[in-house]
Amino acid sequence: MLTTHALVLAIMLFCIGLVGLLSRRNVLYMLLSLEIMLNAASLAFIAGGARWGQADGEIMFLFILTLAAAEVSVALGIVLQLSYRFQTLDADAFSEMKG
Amino acid sequence: MNSQVASQVNLVTGSQMLRLLWLIPALPLAGFLLLALFGGRLSRRQVARVGCGSVGAAALITALVGADFLRAFPDRPSYHQMLWKWIDTSEMTVGVSWYLDALSLLMVAVVTGIGFLIHLYSVEYMSGTGEAGVSAPAGRAGEDHQGYARFFAYMNLFVAAMLTLVLADNLLLLYLGWEGVGLCSYLLIGFWYREPEYGAAAQKAFIVTRIGDTAFAVGLFILFTQLKSLSIQQVQTLAAEAWPIGSNVAVIVAVLFLVGALGKSAQLPLQVWLPDAMAGPTPVSALIHAATMVTAGVYLIARMHQLFELAPSVQEVVAMIGLLTLLLAACSALVQRDIKRVLAYSTMSQIGYMFLALGVGAWSAALFHFLTHACFKALLFLAAGSVIHSLGHEQDIFRMGGLRRRLPLTFWTFLIGAAAMSGVPFITSGFYSKDWILWSAWSSPLSHRWIWFGALLGTLLTGLYSFRLLFRVFFGEVRTQPIGEPGVAMRVPLLVLAFLAVTVGFLELPRTLGDLPLFSRYLSHVLPAIETIPGMDKSVEALVQIAVTFSALLGMGLAAVLFLPRATFVDRLAGTSLGRALVIFWRGGWGFDRMYDGLIVRPWLHLTRESGELIDRGYESLAVAAESFHVWLSRTQTGHVRWYAATVAVGALVLLGLFAM
Repeated sequence: MLTTHALVLAIMLFCIGLVGLLSRRNVLYMLLSLEIMLNAASLAFIAGGARWGQADGEIMFLFILTLAAAEVSVALGIVLQLSYRFQTLDADAFSEMKG
Repeated sequence: MNSQVASQVNLVTGSQMLRLLWLIPALPLAGFLLLALFGGRLSRRQVARVGCGSVGAAALITALVGADFLRAFPDRPSYHQMLWKWIDTSEMTVGVSWYLDALSLLMVAVVTGIGFLIHLYSVEYMSGTGEAGVSAPAGRAGEDHQGYARFFAYMNLFVAAMLTLVLADNLLLLYLGWEGVGLCSYLLIGFWYREPEYGAAAQKAFIVTRIGDTAFAVGLFILFTQLKSLSIQQVQTLAAEAWPIGSNVAVIVAVLFLVGALGKSAQLPLQVWLPDAMAGPTPVSALIHAATMVTAGVYLIARMHQLFELAPSVQEVVAMIGLLTLLLAACSALVQRDIKRVLAYSTMSQIGYMFLALGVGAWSAALFHFLTHACFKALLFLAAGSVIHSLGHEQDIFRMGGLRRRLPLTFWTFLIGAAAMSGVPFITSGFYSKDWILWSAWSSPLSHRWIWFGALLGTLLTGLYSFRLLFRVFFGEVRTQPIGEPGVAMRVPLLVLAFLAVTVGFLELPRTLGDLPLFSRYLSHVLPAIETIPGMDKSVEALVQIAVTFSALLGMGLAAVLFLPRATFVDRLAGTSLGRALVIFWRGGWGFDRMYDGLIVRPWLHLTRESGELIDRGYESLAVAAESFHVWLSRTQTGHVRWYAATVAVGALVLLGLFAM
């Protein structure tokens, strides 16, 4: 039961994050949405680890934590640069690299 | 595996000298490598020493090996030497291994012996400044130092490739040699590469022989897929067991091998390259296009005689092609202006005799004619080279004449060569070999009367064209002043070859004249004896010989009547409209060049130009399609991050859906 609940919660978090990522135009909010999605994935791992009594789930959580920290540090640097250059945080304004 | 064991046994029992067999092809190859890598740094004298010495050493070792081989000859009919494995897979094992028997020893002796004499001759001929002080015309090699080394490098490579061809134990190695001699022929025909028409002649020779080589390769593939072996000896025993006489496979393989031989030996219909090949230096013509390479086809057919015996219909075609070539080429030789082209057509004609002999089953007669032809034709070419040399590279016989007193040595050696080629009775080698072929054409059950009559007509034409050449060049009034006789390096080969052109004939005396069949006894361990139909006794043979002698003498006499006095009758004959047309037709080699040009070359060029555009359009549309697809696809790259995120999400969903199914 516990596993099911945890997984349902993870799915809900993931969907909230995804919807936020797709609907928000502000880059900062998009990053927040990404964090929510990462946490949803971590939660799923933890739930799996608890269900089968394996340490792998927790190890994956630690990995994701590290990844999220690294990602945020790089992404915030990019956001800073974007706001300097475009004077806005609207993601749709940054479409220089279209094919 | 078996062959390896056998070779080891042979190595143990084989005596010391036979083990040196591998050196025979290796020495000229080493000479080639030395000259090709360091030729530019060696002095002229060193180049000559290396180039000539490597072949000379090979000839010496051939003599030692030959003596050793002949000591135990009838008891040990062959010697096998395995050097290393060339290709070793589960399907096939091909070794670099040599096979010496009576036939290959004969070929090796001719290639190294005559090869050495021609190399010696080239030392002076190619030097540009001989003793007589003739300098090669501008634009020709020999003036430059690199050219001299290049010439000897190619010649050594040729000898190595030719020795590989004749000593090869398996067909793949033989093919390697076969291609090697073709390459050297190409390189040496186009030796004076600054003149575009010489390059064109070289390409023509290469491409025309390539047709034959391709057929030969296909034949090899069929042979291998059918019999799973490439060893020459093994293949033939297997073929004789597996295929009944006249079976389709045997006929197809024999035809493909025959086409290969036709290309290499300049026989109808692939003969067009040989007259143009005379663009090469004269020693090249003597070595490659008279004595050795062009007879490779004869060797191939003799080597694979068991295969050809399985396909009697193909063997008959061999005889007919030989007859046709010998007659057509003899007519063309009658009207040529260029001294070397006369000899080129005569070579085609004489090889026609060899093919005729092979076709009627007179295997050893064909090889005897090969031996005598190698001597007298090399002699004729070298003597012609001496004439050309002393006239400052003049090759037109209508601008020669009266050289008999000015160049006595050249005249006498040329006379001996011409006499041997026409078959002057009793004293020349050509008489014995040609007489043997004609006797076989009369007495063999595989022959027909008309083949014999055609060959008899050929002897008349041979006498006519060889003595026409002799009379035009050495008799009559002097038209171009010669510089003088050549030096020692050119004289010695002429004298030795003149001696051989007379004496090698005595190796096989017919029943009517001494009855000494040394040559046929020697080859009987490799090649089957010549069959005769019953009722062919000595008196018939004597009659045939008289006919041949008479015909050859008639040809020579006719030449004397027509060309020795001021040749007014011939000029008048050639002046008539029919005569003029015939001369042009024959001089151009029976219009074969023009026919191929019209039937193949031009339509092909036209086709490539026309279809080129069509094919290009196909490829262009491919490019256009790719470009439009790219434009369409690049629209998905909007630059909007959220769009990318959405596509990633949708893609992930689709993938999950696919895996879930």
